[in-house]
Amino acid sequence: MRPVGAGGTLSVDIKEKSFRSAEGVRLTALRGLSFQVPQGEFACLLGPSGCGKTTTLRILLGLDQDFSGSFHLPGEHQDRAVAVFQEPTLLPWRTVEQNVRLGIPKSRRDADLDQLFESLGLTEMRNLFPSELSLGLARRAALARAFASEPAMLFLDEPFASLDEQTADRLRLLLLGVWSARPTTALMVTHNLREALMLSDRIIVLTGRPAHVRGVFVVPMPRRHRDRTEMNELIRTFHLEYPDVG
Amino acid sequence: MKPEDGVAVGDPPRLTPARGGAASLVMPAATVAISLVGLGVLWAVAAAVWPSRAFPPPSDVWEVLLRDGASGELAYHLGMTLARVAASFLLAMLVGSVIGVVLGSPRRWVEFFDPWVILFLNIPALVIIVLAYIWFGLNEVAAVGAVAVNKIPNVIVTMREGARALDRRYSEMATIYRFGVLDRLRHVLLPQLQPYLAAASRSGIALIWKIVLVVELLGRSNGVGFQIYLSFQLFDVAAILAYTLAFVAVMLLIELLVVQPFERHATRWRRRNT
Repeated sequence: MRPVGAGGTLSVDIKEKSFRSAEGVRLTALRGLSFQVPQGEFACLLGPSGCGKTTTLRILLGLDQDFSGSFHLPGEHQDRAVAVFQEPTLLPWRTVEQNVRLGIPKSRRDADLDQLFESLGLTEMRNLFPSELSLGLARRAALARAFASEPAMLFLDEPFASLDEQTADRLRLLLLGVWSARPTTALMVTHNLREALMLSDRIIVLTGRPAHVRGVFVVPMPRRHRDRTEMNELIRTFHLEYPDVG
Repeated sequence: MKPEDGVAVGDPPRLTPARGGAASLVMPAATVAISLVGLGVLWAVAAAVWPSRAFPPPSDVWEVLLRDGASGELAYHLGMTLARVAASFLLAMLVGSVIGVVLGSPRRWVEFFDPWVILFLNIPALVIIVLAYIWFGLNEVAAVGAVAVNKIPNVIVTMREGARALDRRYSEMATIYRFGVLDRLRHVLLPQLQPYLAAASRSGIALIWKIVLVVELLGRSNGVGFQIYLSFQLFDVAAILAYTLAFVAVMLLIELLVVQPFERHATRWRRRNT
């Protein structure tokens, strides 16, 4: 069910999502999960591991249709939502460039991607196969694929997990760079508070399972001002409201 | 035979120390050549020691090859057999792959067909051929169809394994990025199935050309199988061996010039790892 309306806003209202485990036990992953992300905003879903963040993304991506409730994706065509997963999921038998171009709708497939590759530092890697890339580079290629398709909605599922902090930080900056050049409503799943505060306009804090929204933290500062000292200040402010998160 | 191979035959002990050097590409070819020449020599010696009409020396076989080669008969029969091999191979791979991939999908109802596959897997080739000729007549369609039906269950089993091993993450990615049917087939499905397709075709070609000969023997009036049957009635062992060797040579050439280069191309992304 995806009722229309609400224009360019991502609005989610999932009544319930449950799984049946192998032993037949019913596990409720989400209950009464409801939130909105205004058009062009970067939002983070922040919550403890295993609380159902990835499940939420899978529902919004249409990969899981076994739930009750509804959601509305921004954009006139509901089909312009793409995702960057925890694993880059590049096709190993296609080069970086082929992978990126395959993600673009057929009519625009031979678009000029020089600038995008340049801004992600992938110019030299265009003709390499994914197996020749480090994890960090593969993640960049996955970001390139997502942005190349010019989506109305971008989902990111912990795209910087299992990278060393330095590489992850560089990638976050790259992500911000590409994202600001092509403003897209974005929803990122993470359990890293610092990352959420660094990247997003608003943080949707989730409870443990069954997940619902505990509160929304609107980051009260433009991104370009969020340097190291300001970040510590932001974390302190965040902890005043949510002392036990992150 | 090329002269450099002749030198190598006379000087085998030097092979071992030379291995791994600049000669590393020449060596396997030389080894194959020496091995084949050795077999030929052994055959010639045996035929000289025990002369018999049932066991002609290599020179007799060579003569038949030259004679039928010059008259065009060899090329005609090789061509007919090759055409049948190609037709049944394509048919078997196409039908077998489609059925195999469907049966490998995680759906409940496909279990219903598993016993059918096992049944067909165990029907002797001869039975299928005879039944095909009885039901559909002594014609080309029945011949090619019978060979394909013999091979299809093997293809199904291999491709079913391939379909079961498909990585769901890639199909989900394809769903999210809205790949069309053709893109999905070409960029997601076939590359994942490629090793299984390669395995199925490799064992397929070997099996199919042997069955094609039986089909020709039983109900066709041309092709290598027919020629061998004719030679059998004339007790012409040299001709039997000549046609067999000629066809084996053709199949080896196909392997070297078509199958192997194609596989190298299809797996190039994998080899760059090293």
